[in-house]
Amino acid sequence: MSRFRVLIIDDEEELATTLVERLTYRDIEAEYALDGISALAKVVAQPYDVVVLDLKLPGISGEVVLRRIKAQFPHLPVIMITGHGTPHGHEAEKPEQAFDIVAKPIGLDALIEKMEAAVKKHE
Amino acid sequence: MKLTERPMPTVLPELKMAENKYVNQPDENLPSGPFGPPLSPYSRLRRFSSLLTSLIALIPLAILTFINYHQDTDAYRAENRYAISRILSNTKRTLEFVLEERRSALSFVLREKHYEELNTNEGLANTLQNLKNSFGGFIDLGIIDSGGIQRSYVGPYNLAGINYRDQDWFEEVILRGVHVSDVFMGHRNFPHFVIAFKKEKPGGDFYVLRATLDMELLTRLIYNLELDRRTDAFIINQNGIIQTPSVFYGGVLERARFEVPPFMMDREVIDEYLEEGQWLTTGYAYISESPYILMVMKRLDKPFWHWVDHRADLLWFLGISAALILVVVFYSTTYMVNRLKESDLKRARVFHNAEYTNKMATIGRMAAGVAHEINNPLAIINEKAGLLKDMAEHTPEYPQKEKTLIQINSIIKSVERCSNVTHRLLGFSRRMEVQKENIDLADLLKEVMGFQSSEIMHRNIIVESSFAPELPSLESDRGQLQQVFLNIFNNALAAIPNGGQIEITAAPINSGEVAVTVTDNGVGIPEKDLKHIFEPFFSTKGEFGTGLGLSITQDIVQKLGGRITVNSAVGTGTSFIVTLPLKSRG
Repeated sequence: MSRFRVLIIDDEEELATTLVERLTYRDIEAEYALDGISALAKVVAQPYDVVVLDLKLPGISGEVVLRRIKAQFPHLPVIMITGHGTPHGHEAEKPEQAFDIVAKPIGLDALIEKMEAAVKKHE
Repeated sequence: MKLTERPMPTVLPELKMAENKYVNQPDENLPSGPFGPPLSPYSRLRRFSSLLTSLIALIPLAILTFINYHQDTDAYRAENRYAISRILSNTKRTLEFVLEERRSALSFVLREKHYEELNTNEGLANTLQNLKNSFGGFIDLGIIDSGGIQRSYVGPYNLAGINYRDQDWFEEVILRGVHVSDVFMGHRNFPHFVIAFKKEKPGGDFYVLRATLDMELLTRLIYNLELDRRTDAFIINQNGIIQTPSVFYGGVLERARFEVPPFMMDREVIDEYLEEGQWLTTGYAYISESPYILMVMKRLDKPFWHWVDHRADLLWFLGISAALILVVVFYSTTYMVNRLKESDLKRARVFHNAEYTNKMATIGRMAAGVAHEINNPLAIINEKAGLLKDMAEHTPEYPQKEKTLIQINSIIKSVERCSNVTHRLLGFSRRMEVQKENIDLADLLKEVMGFQSSEIMHRNIIVESSFAPELPSLESDRGQLQQVFLNIFNNALAAIPNGGQIEITAAPINSGEVAVTVTDNGVGIPEKDLKHIFEPFFSTKGEFGTGLGLSITQDIVQKLGGRITVNSAVGTGTSFIVTLPLKSRG
C-alpha cells in the first residue's frame, strides 16, 4: 500500500525515471511526464496527491503548467524544482501558487519530507 | 537578469591612459612647465586661460595708462615751452629797451653837444656823470677823431691817445654810424661792451663818441629773472661766444658747447631729446641792433618720474586694479578648471561604472547559464547514484555491498561539492539585481571567502576571521556587498606573498553601524599613492589592473550608505575598513 501518489514533471527523462524508481523503493507511487501537455493530461486522467514540477520545461513553461493545474485542482499541492537554485536565492524564485521550491541537485530525503508535509496539509 | 547587453562606448583604454598620463603620472613627452615637472592639460588650461583673461583685462588698463602718460608728458613739455617762450619775450624786450635807452642817450648827447664842448676833459666828464646818474652802466666815455686817435677820455683808466684806426669796430662805425660790440675784457680786464656813434662835423670831417658799458648791466637783468635751478639763461654773440655767465654752458668769453642757432626775427623754442629720458628745451631770440642772442635752456629730467610724482594717485589705482584683476582671474580660473576636472572625472567614473556593470552583467549571465546547465546533469548523477545506493541497500546479498556503498557515497559527496560551486556561481550572478534583504554579515563574508578558497589553499595563505558574537544582521544588498568584499579580498590576495596572512574582523561600532576590517600583511601602499587609490583609473598593478576596482568599491559602499577608509604602511601591510549602516537608507 503506497503512502501517496506523486507526478514528477521534468524534461530530463533520466532524472524523472530515476526519481520514480527511487520513490518506488520508498513506497511512494510515482509517475512522470516529460513536458507540460502530457503532464496536464495525466493530472486530469488520474488523481495525484502531490506534483513535483520543474520550472524550466520545453514548450509550455513550468509556471504556466502550475497555473493550469491550480486552475483545475486548487487543492493539489505542487512542489517546484529549479536548476537556478542558490543557497539564498531559490526561495525568492518560488511562484506564489507553489507549495515549495527545491534546488537541483535534489536531496531526495528533503524532497520526500516536503511532499509529506504538502500531502498532510491538504488532506 | 535585468540588464541587457548593449553597445557601450569603449572609453576605458583612452581615459585610463589619459588619466594616468595627465593626472597621476604625467607623460615625459608633454611640454614641461617653467619649474620642472611636466604640466597636466588642466594646469595648461589654467595657465592659458589665466594668461588670456589677465591680458584682456590688463591691456586696456595699460593702454590707458600709456596714453595718459604721453598726454601728460606732452602737456608738461608744452607748458615748459610756453614758460620759456614767455621768459624769452619779456627778457628780449627788456634787453632791447636797455640797449635802446643807452643808444638814445648817447645819440642825444651827440645832438645836444658840440664837438668842442665834448672834446674837453671837463665837458666829457660832466656828460659821463650825467649819463651815470640818469642811466647807469656807463664806465667811461671817449672822443675819437677820424684818424682813430682817442682825443679825449674820461673814466677809470688812462686811455687818452690810443689809436683805434685799425680796429674792426672803428671801421663799422665809419660805415654804419653806430656800433654795439661783443663783450670783451680789453685793457680794463672785466667784461664790458662798447657803444659807439659817428658824428659828422661841418666840413666833411667826423668824430666818434665811444662809451664803455659794464656787462653787469645785462647780467643783472637776467639774474633778476630768478629762474629755477634747471633753467639757464644767458647771452651769446653771433659767433657763439658766451657774453654773460651761464650755469651749464661755460663762463664768459668761452665758446658755447652748442651750435649758434639760425637767425629768426621772433623768438624760437625747440625740444630736443638727449638721452636716458632727458629732454632739453632750448629757446633763443636775436636781440635787435646788437650782436647778442638771448638763450634760455631748460633740462627736463626724466619726464616719466615727473609723471610718476604727479600721478601717484593714478598709479596706486592702476596697481590695485591690476592686483585685484590678477587675484580674481587666478581664483576664478582655478575654480573653473577644478570644476572641469571634477566633472571630467565624474563623467569618466559614470562611463566606467556603466561599462563595468555591463561586463559584470555579462559574466553573471554566463555564470548562471553554466551553473544551470551543470545542475541538470548533476541532478541526474545524484539520483542515479542514489538509485544504486537504494538498490544495494534493498537487495539482500548484494555483491560487494560495503565497497559499493562507499563508492556511491563518494559520488554523492562529489556531487554535493559541485553543487556548492554552482550555487555560489548563481548567487554571484544575482548581484546585478538590486534588492534589500536582511543579511548575516558573517555568512556573507564566509561565502565570499569561499570564492577564493582554492587560491587561499594553493598559496598557503592563512585567513583569520573573528566575528563579534553579537553581530547584528544588516539590511542591505547582498550582491553589492559580495562585490565590495570580493574586490577587497582580491586586493589583499594580490598584495601578499605566498604564505601571507589576511585577517578579517566584523564588529558593531557606534549604534546602528557595523565595521568590517580586512587587514593583510602585504607590501603596503606608499603614502603618495594612498590618497589616489579610490580615484578611477589609479592602479599599481600596471597593465594588469583597470584601476577601477577600488573606485567602484567606494561607489557601491557609498550607495549603500557606508564609507570605506584605508590605512597602510609600506612593508607592514594594509587594512581596509568598511563601515555599513545596519538599516538601509532609502
